[in-house]
Amino acid sequence: MGVDIGLDLHKAVEPDRVHRSVYSDPGIFELEMERIFNKVWTYVGHESQVKKVGDYWTVQIGRQPMIMVRHSDRSVRVLYNRCPHRGAMLYGDRCGNVGKGIICSYHSWQFDTDGSCKAIPLDKGYQGTRLTPGDGDCNIKTAARVESYRGFVFASLAADGPSLSEWLGPAKIAFDDMCDRAPEGEVEVVPTCFRVIQQSNWKIFLENQLDALHPAVTHESTGRAAGEVEEAIQKKGGSAPLSYHFLSAFATPISKWDAFQTIGYRHGHCILAGYMGLRPRDPDTLAYEKVMAKAYGKKRMEEILGVNIHHVLLYPGLSVQSPLQQLRAVRPLGVDKTLTEIWHFRLKGAPEAIYRRALGYYNLVNSPSTMVNADDLWNFWKIHKGLESQGGDWVSFHRNAGQDLEDDDVTTSVIGTSEQPMRNQFKAWAQYMNGAS
Amino acid sequence: MAKNGHDILREVEQLLYCQAECLDGKRWQEFIELFTEDGTYWMPAAPEQTTGDGVPSIFWEDRNLMTVRLKRLTHPRAWSQKTAWGTNHVIGNVTIEKEDASSGDLVVRSRFHMMEFRNDTTRHFAGSYIHHLKKTKAGHRIKLQRVDMVNAEGPYEYVLQAWV
Repeated sequence: MGVDIGLDLHKAVEPDRVHRSVYSDPGIFELEMERIFNKVWTYVGHESQVKKVGDYWTVQIGRQPMIMVRHSDRSVRVLYNRCPHRGAMLYGDRCGNVGKGIICSYHSWQFDTDGSCKAIPLDKGYQGTRLTPGDGDCNIKTAARVESYRGFVFASLAADGPSLSEWLGPAKIAFDDMCDRAPEGEVEVVPTCFRVIQQSNWKIFLENQLDALHPAVTHESTGRAAGEVEEAIQKKGGSAPLSYHFLSAFATPISKWDAFQTIGYRHGHCILAGYMGLRPRDPDTLAYEKVMAKAYGKKRMEEILGVNIHHVLLYPGLSVQSPLQQLRAVRPLGVDKTLTEIWHFRLKGAPEAIYRRALGYYNLVNSPSTMVNADDLWNFWKIHKGLESQGGDWVSFHRNAGQDLEDDDVTTSVIGTSEQPMRNQFKAWAQYMNGAS
Repeated sequence: MAKNGHDILREVEQLLYCQAECLDGKRWQEFIELFTEDGTYWMPAAPEQTTGDGVPSIFWEDRNLMTVRLKRLTHPRAWSQKTAWGTNHVIGNVTIEKEDASSGDLVVRSRFHMMEFRNDTTRHFAGSYIHHLKKTKAGHRIKLQRVDMVNAEGPYEYVLQAWV
C-alpha cells in the first residue's frame, strides 16, 4: 500500500479505548476497505426492489460500484458495475430495467443479467488475442457470494468466510422482528431512498446508533418542542399522532435511558433493547392485533409484538429499526465522508394505519428535513474534527468498562447507557483488521 | 390583470416575496401565520407524487408540525443552530394558474432559487412552488404550498432544518 499508518494496528484498540487515528488516518481507512468492507456481508437491497426480471438497482459495496439485478431464473444477482472490455461503468443511473440485456454504452458489448457475455460487435478483431470471445474474461465479474435472508439481499466480495446466516447469528432478529410483524410474514420496500451525507468517519455513525447516553442531550430541543405541541393538542381535546411521541420521547431524562439494554454479538453486531411504546390501546393498534391474531394465533402474536427492540446494528454497514420498519445502510465515501441510504418497508397484510406509523417516523426522523438527525450530523462533524486534532490521542469507551456480562459470544451491558456497544464494535474491528474473517 | 383597479398578480407576488423574507429573516412565526389554520407545507419526495398523504415526503407539515419545527429551531440547545447560517430566496416567474371567481381562491405557480450559507459551506436549492391560496378577510392565505426542488432526489450534504 505504501501508506504510513504511523501506528501498529494491534496497539490501536484497547478494551476500553481506541486511538484516534482509527477514525482519521486515510491509510487506516484504505485498510478498512480491504480488510473489512471487501470481506463482510454488505446489504445490497431488498428483493422487492427488483420485482421483474431485468430490474436493477446500482449499489455500493465498500467503494465498489455494483449492480443488483433480477435474473431470468428469478434469482437476484450482484455484479460489478464495470464492463470487462475497457472498464466503463455499465449503469450510471440508480435503477431501471435492463430490457433485452445489459449493453455497454461505450462499445456495445452485451451481457445477460448473470454477467455472461452475449455479444461483442465485430468480434473477429479479438480473435487470437488474449481476450477471446467466449472466454470467462469477457463476462462481467460477479460478487463472490450472494445470499438473502427473508428478502434482504446481502453480497460479499470474498469467496471465503461465514455464510450469511452464520454471520448474522442472533442479530438476524433484525429481519425476523420486522417480517414477523407482518401478518403475511413479509415486508415490501417503499421505493423511496433518502440519501444523506455526513462529514465524518463511518464508525461515528455506528457508535451513535446504539448510544443511549446521547438522545436526551443531543435531541433535547426536538424532544421538548414536540412534547409542548403534543400537550397543546391534547389541551384542545385532540390527540397527537404517534409520530409526536417518537419525537417527544427524545426528551426522556438521561437517567431513564439506563433502563434500556444493549446486547453485543459476534462480528460487532449489537442490539439496543428498549420499549418504543408501539402498543397503545387505540383502535388502529387493536385492529392490527386482530389481523395478527388471525394470522399467527394469539400466543404467537404476543411473542411477536412483545419483542422489545429499538435498533439492531449489523456491523459495519447496516442499522435496522425493526419495529418501525426502517433501515439505514452505511456507505463509506472517504475517511471523513459517509453516505447513509435510508429506506422503509410496508408490513404485508397489515392495516394502512400501521404503515402510516412507519411513514410518520420516516418523514420526521429519517427524511432530509429531519429534526433529529440534524443535530446528530452536526455532532458527527464536530466529533470527526475533534479526532483529527492533536488535543488527545485516545477515545474513551470507559463507561461501565469491565462490567459487561459475557456469556460465550454474547456480551450484555449492565445498564443502557454503557459504552459496551462501542467496545463490542471495536473488538470485531480489531479482529477484521488483524486478519480474522 | 387589473380588476376594479385591483391587481391580483401584484398582490400575490407581494405575498410570495413576504414569505421569502420571513424565511430569510428567520421570522418563523410570521411564516407559519401565512398559512390557513388547516394549511400544509409539502415537499414531495418525488416529482410524480400527487399528494403527500400516505406517501413519503421530505416535508409534509400542518401548522402543528410547523410549530414543532419553530420551537426546535429557537430552542437554546438546538445544537446545530450554533453555527452562523443564512439563506437568500429569489422568487420569479409568478403565474396565476387558476382563479375561482366566486371564492377568490387562487392557484399560483412560481420558481425559486435559494442559496444557503452554513458552517462555511454554500448550498443551492432551486425549483418551483405551487401555492393554493385561500381568500380570507386578511387577504390571501396558503392552504397548500407544494415545493418541488430540482435537486430533491439527490444526496443531501447535511439536511434541511428550515422550510425552503
